[in-house]
Amino acid sequence: MSTTIYNDTVVRQFSIMTVVWGIVGMFVGVFIAAQLVWPALNFDLPWLTYSRLRPLHTNAVIFAFGGSGLMATSLYVVQRTCQVRLFGNALASFVFWGWMLIIVLAAITLPMGFTQSSEYAELIWPIDVLLAVVWVAYGIVFFGTIMKRKTPHIYVANWFFGAFIITVAILHIVRSLAIPVSLTDSYPIYSGATDAMVQWWYGHNAVGFFLTAGFLGMMYYFVPKQAERPIYSYRLSIVHFWALISIYMWAGPHHLHYTALPDWVQSVGTAFSIVLLAPSWGGMINGIMTLSGAWQKLRHDPILKFLIVSLSFYGMSTFEGPMMAIKSVNALSHYTEWTIGHVHSGALGWVAMITIGSLYYLIPKLFGKQDMFSMKLVETHFWVATIGIVLYVASMWIAGVMQGLMWGAINDDGTLTYSFVEALLRMRPFYLIRFLGGAMFLSGMLIMAYNVYKTIKGSKAANILVPQHA
Amino acid sequence: MSVFWSTVVTIVILLNIIGGYLLIRWVAKPNKGEAKQGEVTGHVWDDDLRELNNPMPRWWLYMFYIGIVWGLIYLLMYPGFANYPGLLGWTSEKKYNDEVTTANEVYGPVFSKYAETPLIELSENKEANLVGQRLFVNYCAQCHGSDAGGSRGYPNLTDNDWIWGGSPADIKYTIANGRNAAMAAWGTILEPTQIEYLAEHIMSLTGRKHKATDAQRGKELFASYCAVCHQADATGNPLLGAPNLADKIWLYGASRNKIIESITHGRKGHMPAHQEFLGEDKVHILAAYVYSLSSD
Repeated sequence: MSTTIYNDTVVRQFSIMTVVWGIVGMFVGVFIAAQLVWPALNFDLPWLTYSRLRPLHTNAVIFAFGGSGLMATSLYVVQRTCQVRLFGNALASFVFWGWMLIIVLAAITLPMGFTQSSEYAELIWPIDVLLAVVWVAYGIVFFGTIMKRKTPHIYVANWFFGAFIITVAILHIVRSLAIPVSLTDSYPIYSGATDAMVQWWYGHNAVGFFLTAGFLGMMYYFVPKQAERPIYSYRLSIVHFWALISIYMWAGPHHLHYTALPDWVQSVGTAFSIVLLAPSWGGMINGIMTLSGAWQKLRHDPILKFLIVSLSFYGMSTFEGPMMAIKSVNALSHYTEWTIGHVHSGALGWVAMITIGSLYYLIPKLFGKQDMFSMKLVETHFWVATIGIVLYVASMWIAGVMQGLMWGAINDDGTLTYSFVEALLRMRPFYLIRFLGGAMFLSGMLIMAYNVYKTIKGSKAANILVPQHA
Repeated sequence: MSVFWSTVVTIVILLNIIGGYLLIRWVAKPNKGEAKQGEVTGHVWDDDLRELNNPMPRWWLYMFYIGIVWGLIYLLMYPGFANYPGLLGWTSEKKYNDEVTTANEVYGPVFSKYAETPLIELSENKEANLVGQRLFVNYCAQCHGSDAGGSRGYPNLTDNDWIWGGSPADIKYTIANGRNAAMAAWGTILEPTQIEYLAEHIMSLTGRKHKATDAQRGKELFASYCAVCHQADATGNPLLGAPNLADKIWLYGASRNKIIESITHGRKGHMPAHQEFLGEDKVHILAAYVYSLSSD
């Protein structure tokens, strides 16, 4: 009988870098939040202006922090639930180093002002090509492992990870199709309303497949593991998986309400967004109900708190989203801070919280430890982060609704009551609260970094044997 | 969209939505020999990962059904199935036009009651100026500033210096029809030294520090190249939008470097036309308001 160990090297690398990129990405976020309160903080330097740092923030938190977290957990989960070592040793290393190279290139080019100007797809074409290659390699490693699995069925977490990997490849390639004219410049092959539609088909499904399906994969492994309970309903898993991935695809046009996009496309966007509510909630129900019969664990286990609170924020944002997709609500909310609040209740509340919870489960195991260095610090992190999110989201809700109402207010003669600047000035206190909320969330990440450092300091990488079945 | 594609799109939309319902019905059906409700299915992953055979929560199913029905009704009422126009006959274009018509009916009289008042008289009407100020903040402040003080490239409207003429009629014409100012780029025609001579001459006009011999050479050049628009005494020509260069008001910057830049690369000023967009009545009120800003 041969003994193989799981390939946890790449998982360890991605796990540590998730914490590192989380701090970097969130720091940039807090910095630009501060710029909105104190504009002088751009120091009149072009590479510190809001317009260049904002895409750096979004790319860093979504692709560097979120992406590393997804790669760490998916590559861990797929080995455990297939009971085999990861497919392709060198390829897995290539995925890690390739991904890191992309992040570094992004961190250099975006502040220098090199951009394709498509939201969440700003990277210039040579980096796009590299990203496509690394992503396909990631897909081969993941699906190669699924192919050689020793278990008869494919675990539900892997359905979600699989859908995430395939769809993101398609989204990235279709959105980034462009004709290069130099090393740094290119023209997209789409134009006008078509370009806008491709952009929000991409943008919305980046939310749906990167930030939702991917992290649901994470949820389906770490919640039952940490709760030590079976998944609540396998029937619910099947229905909400297929409904989610098929219906999500149509919802993108709700980003383009009241634009030159044809009316029927906008209507389809609204209708599918509403239908999407139930499939989205399926994941939340399956996660939270998994805890039924073990609710008392929530009182003592900070990791479980992270996981369950993340599902609550997930439920909240996926309710809010369809509401904002209704045209008359959208007329108030669109272009306001409300959208920023909505995004961050998803990004901080759901994506970051589930990732943090999963890492607190994962990191001790990867380094042969029983637990994190200090569970007290995990608890502290939980509260600092949660209060930070509440400050962030609540301030942006109030700011957004106020902004929408001020922009829409009219005088007796039909003219607008407030000039743009008047509405902007009213934002200041809320920008300050948002900055504080963001700073709290970032401090939580620093606590985590310390805790992780203390946990792995002096430890050896754990070599875990792949169980041999007869 | 062709009938073919319209049909394809409609079918795919319907298949996806109704497919959601069929999926629920299909998955909800019990399979032969499956585990009892509330028990684990029998599949195990990674030692202890199991799934319970619980039914989908009923309230969640109802929520899903309501979503499906709502979506279908919405797509029936509004244009959603490609070329199908929807039962309500709603289009965004129609809605926009309706809103504009309603607004014109409601607010039209507010503006039209001043239409016959001569501009000078109107510029002293407090009530009209209040309306004018609101219109200005809505439509003009983006470039000229809320206080009409302007900024580089956008004229100050309060200083009684007028590039295109400051009579009430001139101001109204500017707002209604817009203006396009074109200062030629002399960098391709004149030598850099000649442009420096010109700059020295222009500096001398307002008594600023300059090199007398260079300014003298510049004066000759000015007569042959610039006077045709800016006049021999450099006081400008409002008919062409050629600014007065002998005063202390500078649209694109007063420094020697900025003057050289203006001569070398030229300038293109563009004031958009507002007649079609705002209508005669609002332009009339705006003209009186802008006139009032510098009449004292």
